[in-house]
Amino acid sequence: MTAAVAPVPVPAAAAPRPAPTGLRVTQARVVRSEWIKFRTLRSSWITLGAGVAGMIGIGLLVSWATNNHWSQMSPIDRLTFDPVNQSLAGAFLAQLAIGVLGVLIVTGEYGTGMIRATLGAVPKRLPVVWAKLVVYAVVTFAAALVAAFASFLGGQALLSTHGVSLSAPDALRCVIGAALYLTVVGVFAAGLGFAIRNTAGGIASLFGLLLVLPGLAHALPSSWQHWVLPYLPSQAGMNVFAVLRDPSMLSAWTGFGVFCIWAAAAVALGAWVLSHRDA
Amino acid sequence: MCRCVRPRRALVRAACAVRTCALRPQPGTRRLEAIQESGSPVIEIRELTKRFGPKLAVDSLSFDVRPGMVTGFLGPNGAGKSTTMRMVIGLDRPTAGTAIVNGRPYAQHPDPLHQVGALLEAKAVHTSRTARNHLRVLAATHGIPTSRVDEMIDLVGLSDVASKRAGGFSLGMGQRLGIASALLGDPSVLVLDEPVNGLDPEGVRWVRDLLKYKASQGCTVFVSSHLMSEMAVTADHVIVIGRGRLLADCPTSELIRSASSNRVSVRTPDAGRLQTALAGPDVTVTVTAPDVLEVDGLASARIGEIALAERIVLHELVPQQASLEEAFMEMTADTVEFHAAAGSTSAGPTQEPSSV
Repeated sequence: MTAAVAPVPVPAAAAPRPAPTGLRVTQARVVRSEWIKFRTLRSSWITLGAGVAGMIGIGLLVSWATNNHWSQMSPIDRLTFDPVNQSLAGAFLAQLAIGVLGVLIVTGEYGTGMIRATLGAVPKRLPVVWAKLVVYAVVTFAAALVAAFASFLGGQALLSTHGVSLSAPDALRCVIGAALYLTVVGVFAAGLGFAIRNTAGGIASLFGLLLVLPGLAHALPSSWQHWVLPYLPSQAGMNVFAVLRDPSMLSAWTGFGVFCIWAAAAVALGAWVLSHRDA
Repeated sequence: MCRCVRPRRALVRAACAVRTCALRPQPGTRRLEAIQESGSPVIEIRELTKRFGPKLAVDSLSFDVRPGMVTGFLGPNGAGKSTTMRMVIGLDRPTAGTAIVNGRPYAQHPDPLHQVGALLEAKAVHTSRTARNHLRVLAATHGIPTSRVDEMIDLVGLSDVASKRAGGFSLGMGQRLGIASALLGDPSVLVLDEPVNGLDPEGVRWVRDLLKYKASQGCTVFVSSHLMSEMAVTADHVIVIGRGRLLADCPTSELIRSASSNRVSVRTPDAGRLQTALAGPDVTVTVTAPDVLEVDGLASARIGEIALAERIVLHELVPQQASLEEAFMEMTADTVEFHAAAGSTSAGPTQEPSSV
């Protein structure tokens, strides 16, 4: 047998091996695999638990402190006081834990070499992105929703006479909105994880975009700020759990939509990187 | 390479010296002799090329791997073995060319783990997850039942540590876990990169037996190694590459047959006289030590007869069988990517201390 220099067409004889019934990769199975991945790492639960505890803890602490200091508060503070926001203040802390975990569920695989086992089993690759996002979004939303309701109900109880109920205007929207915001933070983080593949770089980029960018935008000339500031990820996204809205900012759902576009862009970049670069 | 340093006897019975030039592919005849035809090719590599920046890691490589036998994939460090295997599994995207497994690129199979079992890196494992959970994660992608996971854990002998974090595993245990994941989908093709790396002698033997058993069952076994001695006893067919290019593609038996060497080492107190007595056309005599001659071109029996006729005392008369390792060193000498400092010749785990 001699080997021609030109590419040789595939002989018909070498056919794919027939599989026993049912043995094949499906999107649902990849989701199941990612769910096993998530729950079999202790760090997943520790980080997620820290986020939930932080959110509830801060919400209760702030509510309790506000109630205790009510008599010393200035009239302006009392006027702008928003009991809903007060009890959900812990979301600012929770986003750290959820963001870090979102990056880690992806970059942890690159750091350990697991990604090569993952892509060996799912060589089409993109199902891994969708599965990770679905699993992490569902888990985050469930945990954040519990944390948001607990913060709100506990916080309002501690605010006693200054508190409101869930039936107050915008209260329910804010509680669910806080959970949605945290979920999208997680998706944003995982998307950046796929794009950057490195834990330190992923976390730095995430919090650079969420926390540092607004600070930098404030350094812009004030005439430019209203073109930039409202559209930054956290500035847009946080409106979804704000009752008293800064008029220069976007409305609750428009802002949340802009935040989702940011997250979608990160995911698109991550998916492109995963499917085009060597693992 | 210092020519006088040479193992005095073959370490591996089957391994023989090789005439390097005979194994270099000639234009148009990549295969030197009829291949053991035991089925149509299962892995087909065609003009496969991979460039990392300025470095050409794999250079227009073309070869086939056939079922029913163990195919060894040899080459020095950096020759492109791992990169080639990663392209077969679709982890690396070829710059040019194709790698086909069971009739399709690996990624286009609906059931990749059932088609090909791969071990490309011992530690492609999340260090914080237990061995069993790692296998469950992989099994879940294909709907492979957990009972199969437990079977594989038993098979590779990891039952005692299956619930321990994989991060604490030794290299050998990591290899066993990697082999378990390769076998998980009951594949017809095995692609294993250095599977015996880090294994103890018992583990090496176990892998060897496993590969031979799989091949006897009609599986395609494609296994890389830089340990010639290991390949000499495991592989039925060898593919040798250097600097990303094909150097040889032939049955191991062919390699061994072409390896028959005529060199004989003679130790005698009267080396000078013997050298004169042996001289002739086609005979090369090299003095490697004051009392040792290396004779090329005469059978040991003939040397003994000449010595008797000349009444020269011989203390040793040893037909030299250079190891397959040495043949490999010769074959790949000009393609080795990373040279050790001068003076360290063919150092390897199986290298015999040579007497000079």
